[in-house]
Amino acid sequence: MKKIYLDYAATSPTDPQVVKAMLPFFSQKYGNPSEPHWAGIEAKKALNEARRTVASFLNTKVEEIIFTSGATEAINLAHKGLIENYLKNTLFQKQKPEIITCLTEHKAVLEACSHLEKAEMAKINYLPVDKNGLLSLEDLQKAITDQTVLINIMYVNNEVGTIQPIREISKLIKEINLKRKKQKLPLIVFHVDATQAIQYLNCQVDYLGADLLSFSGHKIYGPKGVGGLYVRSGVKIVRQMDGGGQEGLLRSGTENVSGIVGLAKALDLINPKEGQKIKKLSQKLIKEVLMIPQVSLTGHLTKRAPHIASFLVKGVEGESLVLLLSDKGIAASTVSACNSEVLLPSHVLIAMGVSKKFIQGSLRFSLGKQTTEKEIQETVKILPSIINHLRNLAPKLTLD
Amino acid sequence: MDNFSNLYSKQVLDHFRNPRNMGEMKDPDATATVGGAVCGDIMRLFIKVGEKQGKKYIQDVKFQTLGCVAAIATSSIITTMIKSKTLDEAEKITQQTVEVSLGGLPPAKRHCALLAAQGVKKALDNYFEKKK
Repeated sequence: MKKIYLDYAATSPTDPQVVKAMLPFFSQKYGNPSEPHWAGIEAKKALNEARRTVASFLNTKVEEIIFTSGATEAINLAHKGLIENYLKNTLFQKQKPEIITCLTEHKAVLEACSHLEKAEMAKINYLPVDKNGLLSLEDLQKAITDQTVLINIMYVNNEVGTIQPIREISKLIKEINLKRKKQKLPLIVFHVDATQAIQYLNCQVDYLGADLLSFSGHKIYGPKGVGGLYVRSGVKIVRQMDGGGQEGLLRSGTENVSGIVGLAKALDLINPKEGQKIKKLSQKLIKEVLMIPQVSLTGHLTKRAPHIASFLVKGVEGESLVLLLSDKGIAASTVSACNSEVLLPSHVLIAMGVSKKFIQGSLRFSLGKQTTEKEIQETVKILPSIINHLRNLAPKLTLD
Repeated sequence: MDNFSNLYSKQVLDHFRNPRNMGEMKDPDATATVGGAVCGDIMRLFIKVGEKQGKKYIQDVKFQTLGCVAAIATSSIITTMIKSKTLDEAEKITQQTVEVSLGGLPPAKRHCALLAAQGVKKALDNYFEKKK
């Protein structure tokens, strides 16, 4: 049976060129970059070069890039590190600093925020979204108070692909910060989770107006276990990992040199034309899947990342669907109550107002570099019969 | 490695992939619809009751389930566990016996076995109610 991988938003295969770039850093150039001898120098050189590549990709200064173990760590460092720093400010001794984020953010953000809230270190304000997963600038503006110190918004939603208006948000924040500067109030810092965006959308920090930006290697054909955080000069964060003081004192631990080299290579290999090809394929997939009765698209119709085709299949439960697809060689994903440890349906779809009756039927295909038109044809050929089988198995329900 | 074998036993996967006694029954003697409050699964059970040697037994049974892999598997196996059994025997089936027959369920899925057992109880209740 042919295997069809359509779960690139979960993770991607490491590009052979990335693997090739990484290989020397296991057994040949194995030095610790903190050591001044020849072995250390070799590794340090590679580390510096990788940092330059990442900095040039995001159009930042080299010292503004901190390598981490992935986007989750970067997000935790950004949120906890920033709040911890603000708590030193006497202004916040009476009133807690506030974070504004959105209900549809990744769990890494939501859990980091919940941690800060439980520790009574910050107050969190969660913005709602509309049925397409878009937040409103008006809601954001209303949520901002004098205590707001961090606004966090993800660029591309990982479940439904909706693209948030990052530039408009940063414009609004800039206007507010101009006033704050005059009033000598602490400035609002803007964190962007770019994990699902970096492969396809312009993530240069000044284009976006981001002060902090998190990203990961394994979503972009790099290795797992490596990612990064951009920290704009002047933005102070408190390190969360104590130790030898690596990464400009902000993230201790001997650097994952091979992983960092791989991450840089992966960014280097990003070809903006790839997105066009993938968009064409996902549009074909979306068009064909929507021909199946009682299936709808989730996320925004046009403001969506090219690689994510996400649906709600009425009268079907996602885990069953994904198992039967996998039996036919197709790897796809679902967020239903039934496949989560906590037995809760997708927080993203709840926030988008999807009815309880259908929320179990979420299905996400995510496309990548190696996706072919033939694979899409094969998928749309197989999918209807699986949906029919599961619907036949189910009690007859009204599907409105 | 078999798909989803990191989550489920062979028996669960077999009953999910090859559900026994699935479908609707035309003129059942009793039916039951139960729903999992936890995750929104729905199971519908149809039974036909016969009599042999003066004892009432489950002559035929069918199920329809909307739910996850475990919900479909527990529905399927419980139909095989009650078919041809006397009503007394069928009434004794519990969440535990369903779980054991399936070679265990992941902790988060144990409520599916409960749902199936509740389905049988409710169908039998419905039968006795009708006979009153």
